[in-house]
Amino acid sequence: MAVSETVAATPPAATPTPPAPSRRRRGRNAAYWLYLLPGAVLFLLVIGAPLVGTLYLSLTKWSGIGDPRWVGLDNYQQLLQDDVFWASFRNTVWMLVAMVVVPTLLGLLLAALLFDVIGRRFKPRTAAALRAAFYLPQVLPVVVAGIVWGWILRPDGAFNSLLDAVGLGALRHDWLGDPGTALPAVMAVMIWVQIGYPVVVFMAALQRVDPELYEAAEVDGANWLHRFRAITLPQIRPETFVVALTCTIAALKVFGPIFALTRGGPDNATNVPSYFAYYTFFKKLQVGYGSAISTVLTLIIVVVAGIFIWMQARSERRDRGF
Amino acid sequence: MAVTLTPSTAPVTPARPVRDRHHRGVSRWVVLTLVTLGALVMLVPFAFMLLNAFKSPGDYSSGGPLSWPTEFYTKGLRTYWTEVNFPLKFWNSAVIAGSVAVLGVAVSLLNAYALGIGRVRGRLWIVGLFLLANMLPQEALIYPLYYVAKQVGLYNTQLSVIIIFTVIQSAFGTYLLASVMGTFPRSLLEAAALDGAGKWTVLWRVVFPNLRPTLAVLLIFFFIWTWNEFLIPLVMLIDNQTQTIPVALASLQGDRLMDAPTTNAGALISLVPAILFFLIFQRTLARGITAGAEK
Repeated sequence: MAVSETVAATPPAATPTPPAPSRRRRGRNAAYWLYLLPGAVLFLLVIGAPLVGTLYLSLTKWSGIGDPRWVGLDNYQQLLQDDVFWASFRNTVWMLVAMVVVPTLLGLLLAALLFDVIGRRFKPRTAAALRAAFYLPQVLPVVVAGIVWGWILRPDGAFNSLLDAVGLGALRHDWLGDPGTALPAVMAVMIWVQIGYPVVVFMAALQRVDPELYEAAEVDGANWLHRFRAITLPQIRPETFVVALTCTIAALKVFGPIFALTRGGPDNATNVPSYFAYYTFFKKLQVGYGSAISTVLTLIIVVVAGIFIWMQARSERRDRGF
Repeated sequence: MAVTLTPSTAPVTPARPVRDRHHRGVSRWVVLTLVTLGALVMLVPFAFMLLNAFKSPGDYSSGGPLSWPTEFYTKGLRTYWTEVNFPLKFWNSAVIAGSVAVLGVAVSLLNAYALGIGRVRGRLWIVGLFLLANMLPQEALIYPLYYVAKQVGLYNTQLSVIIIFTVIQSAFGTYLLASVMGTFPRSLLEAAALDGAGKWTVLWRVVFPNLRPTLAVLLIFFFIWTWNEFLIPLVMLIDNQTQTIPVALASLQGDRLMDAPTTNAGALISLVPAILFFLIFQRTLARGITAGAEK
């Protein structure tokens, strides 16, 4: 789900609070509620009610037929002792590495090199073409990417043939079928899928940076690395926050690539919470248990997003010198 | 595409003049070579796809994935096209993504009008709620949605998917547009109000035309995101008549029909629409962004 949530929206600029509204003005504003009505109704029907429904179902046992049976917190107790549940969250940590940490760091480096070195010392078209190459996987529906990579990494797939061709045939392997290599292989695919997003966002962000800062630093004799650390990184921090947040949420929710590549296998080596929940809902028909998994995942996402937004607000306040 | 849609406050500075005072003859070439190598690695899977999409199964089994095809084999492509009924799947994807894009933008616009310009009370909380809704894992909604859709006869209809994604996408759109409208010039609104324009007129005659570039970008994003969505269509759409391209391709995975050439051919034609949108919309996107920045 890499392409989703890719708009780097900066939060609304803090505007000075208007003077307390007069009664007349408040009355005028009340009419605006009418415009919120359709959206609010839809929101309650499609998001609010199902969310409450899932929360309720997580406290029951239910196969989807008949009436749910209330069991209190049983599902959650069972979760704590479920090895698959813990394995799925361990794998999520690796997904965070593959979808957040590596792409953000590599993306920063690539964007800086593309913008600063290649964009300036060669034709801008060169930088644009290279950027497009990095971005291309983001255009591909992730499931299609998963299917193609599934074939490439098959025992008789293109990757093993490539190893043969360069004389490394001894390394031939069933990359996705071996519990030892499946997770690293999936991670490599996710880096490939994800990397274009930070590259594009950071390159756009760099255009915002005042070139005079760089010129001044250059006059002072700062080398590229100095300038990268002293100017580039602090200047594009808002974008870095947005990229890190959206990629983190995407990594916590990752489903399509896992479905297409491994279905969580072999032996749960690549299982993730969202696939685990899907499987529990629709293959094992344990709706209550699946709801408990989903609820835990939801809570984690809400907490992580909250921490991010709080950190961002704090760093912005610090910048303004409060 | 990832872009900053909110009008940037930073001054638009002209590109820095080329100054070769510090030209690093060698190192810049090293950088170019390394980055180009990285870009080529990114493209390798696409090359594999192209190489094997037009290769006969005989060729594939004798020569392997890396061999050059001895003939231009299109049966894999045709098998996929007819067996999957690709035109129908394309139409399904287009109907769903197109409807969601239009409806999602409309709902976002109305919501954001109340929040960003109407500044109704508690708007920060409401915007936060919308933002949070966009981040929720779809697993937290899917079972009740699936169950209710079955009860009311919306299961296995495109309408169910359209309604769900209209809300999910507009949650993000509301967040974004509310922040854009928060910076809308008050003088324009006041001038319109002095002329006696009502809220509805102001929305369509003043706000809408000014936001058109941002709305266009949002429309495109909604379209592409919905086009690529997987979990909800997978659960909601179960037969050949209703499925979208990603779901159809995934449900064929592991099928005997899907030998290597057919898999690659299938992936290739599923990729073509995405690349076409990207190329067509890229100009709109670029225009939308600059138009936003000029304000």
